[in-house]
Amino acid sequence: MRACGPMPEAERVLMPGEARGPVLHLEEPVSFWGGLDPKTGIIIDQAHPQVGESVVGRILVMPSGRGSSSGSSVLTEVLRAGIGPAGIVMQQADEIFVIGVLAAEELYDITVPVFTVDTATYTALAAASAVLMTPDGTITAG
Amino acid sequence: MPLTLDDRDQALLNGAGGAAAALAMRVVSRTAEVMQAQRLIDITGAHIDSCLYNGQASVDFAQRLADGGAQVSVPATLNVSSLDLIHPELFRGDAHTAEQGRRLMELYEGMGCRPTFTCAPYQEDNRPNLGEHVVWAESNAIVFANSVLGARTHRYGDFLDISAAITGRAPLAGLHLDANRRATVVFDVSGLPERLTALDAFYPLLGHHIGRQVGKAVPVVVGAPDGVAEHALKALGAAGAAAGAVGMFHLVGSTPEAPTLDAALGGEPAAQTHAVTTADIRLARDQLTTSSSSRLGVVSLGTPHYSVAEFGRVVDLLDDRPIHPSVRLYINTGRSVANEIALRGWTPRLEASGVQIVTDTCTYITPIIEAVDGIAMTDSAKWAYYAPGNLGLDVAFGSVEDCVESAVRGEIVRDESVWADA
Repeated sequence: MRACGPMPEAERVLMPGEARGPVLHLEEPVSFWGGLDPKTGIIIDQAHPQVGESVVGRILVMPSGRGSSSGSSVLTEVLRAGIGPAGIVMQQADEIFVIGVLAAEELYDITVPVFTVDTATYTALAAASAVLMTPDGTITAG
Repeated sequence: MPLTLDDRDQALLNGAGGAAAALAMRVVSRTAEVMQAQRLIDITGAHIDSCLYNGQASVDFAQRLADGGAQVSVPATLNVSSLDLIHPELFRGDAHTAEQGRRLMELYEGMGCRPTFTCAPYQEDNRPNLGEHVVWAESNAIVFANSVLGARTHRYGDFLDISAAITGRAPLAGLHLDANRRATVVFDVSGLPERLTALDAFYPLLGHHIGRQVGKAVPVVVGAPDGVAEHALKALGAAGAAAGAVGMFHLVGSTPEAPTLDAALGGEPAAQTHAVTTADIRLARDQLTTSSSSRLGVVSLGTPHYSVAEFGRVVDLLDDRPIHPSVRLYINTGRSVANEIALRGWTPRLEASGVQIVTDTCTYITPIIEAVDGIAMTDSAKWAYYAPGNLGLDVAFGSVEDCVESAVRGEIVRDESVWADA
């Protein structure tokens, strides 16, 4: 286990949008480049607890990002191909993910919401089976 | 305080610099809002990771910029690509990927980027100085720029890198700011035996251990010998950035913003202090080793791209002995270092031993390695971290000494004595 998790951050809308979907809770940060197969949307980081899980159509609830700068273009690519996540909820903002969504919006008019939440909300969402993200920044389980 | 753009920024956003510059300014300014920057700053250079082909989106973004007349406004180097243009015969992937990869490289060269094709731009001429603001993408390059050079870049991703190079602007936020460069987590290695901290292979393993612990926080290492070599700092940073989200570290007595522990901490108390043990380092090594088999198939060195000094070490260790016929040994590097080692007469000696030098790319991001019967061995914690997922190989981490010796003998040999408790 990690000796220290990410520092909690205030609730913020990093990319606005609406999404509803089943939750995929990533127990550890993931690098999309080298950690996600851009052809299938399946996590391939062999050291990650959620290896083998698919991100397709799911709301990712994750502590933060890690690893490669190429995570941005891998996220744009899976969004283009229609095999990306439906939304992303993070405990700590990660610009590499946000830039990937920005590029998808510029190139393909595809966007997904990206929010940060505080620790209490994060814990509740991580245990939820499905989540609704709305354009005003509220997130509800179910 | 919300983001305020100056007149030049606003003009670019409004299209005064053309469609590509407007797109680039939208990406920079929206990223700045996410980072909660209050303004943008001028940068003196950029390192572009977007030239690595990750699918159609990579080409679409570059093409959109090229169609809009994009040209970089600051000197920009290019990261590794998916092809080795100097040794194109090494590529074993499909024709479409090769064509798209080449197209992407050409698009970025067309925008005025230098065709360096290396993940180690800090081994090129004109590296940035202490305090200089740059925008570098490629996680190992980011951590090197911040930690070893004392230049300032945040952890940027693809698309923002070229957007910043076109506009010459970056968000004043994140690791560009003094307050965020201060270390908050201390890793004390003074309890480790000197024979361990004197070893090159210690540093990537320490980096892996730190990356697993700190996430995005800035760590400081204390208790290591003064003046740790640049290649060891490079390996530490690359490992920390792969295993975590480390964008900057301090090593007291070796990195420029850490003359003392107190300086690295900015005079504030540490949030956490970890006493690193030999068991932590052994655990890191074991996490980077996925098989206990001694059957060796391939050795890959040079992730990040090897420097001239690192090649010199391999030349000495190999001492013109042949690589075992059942093993392939690859060394990844940039074109400029490849030229330099050729001038020194090392290339024919390495090739006579059976070493395959790979330029422009890396063996873990593109299909180069031939079908392997056995384990892949590496001196890179980063390569060991990514290769099982990317290539479907079992890996074993070893020191460069162990890697070269294993390649010659044709089986994995590791000096276990150095990893024992004091």
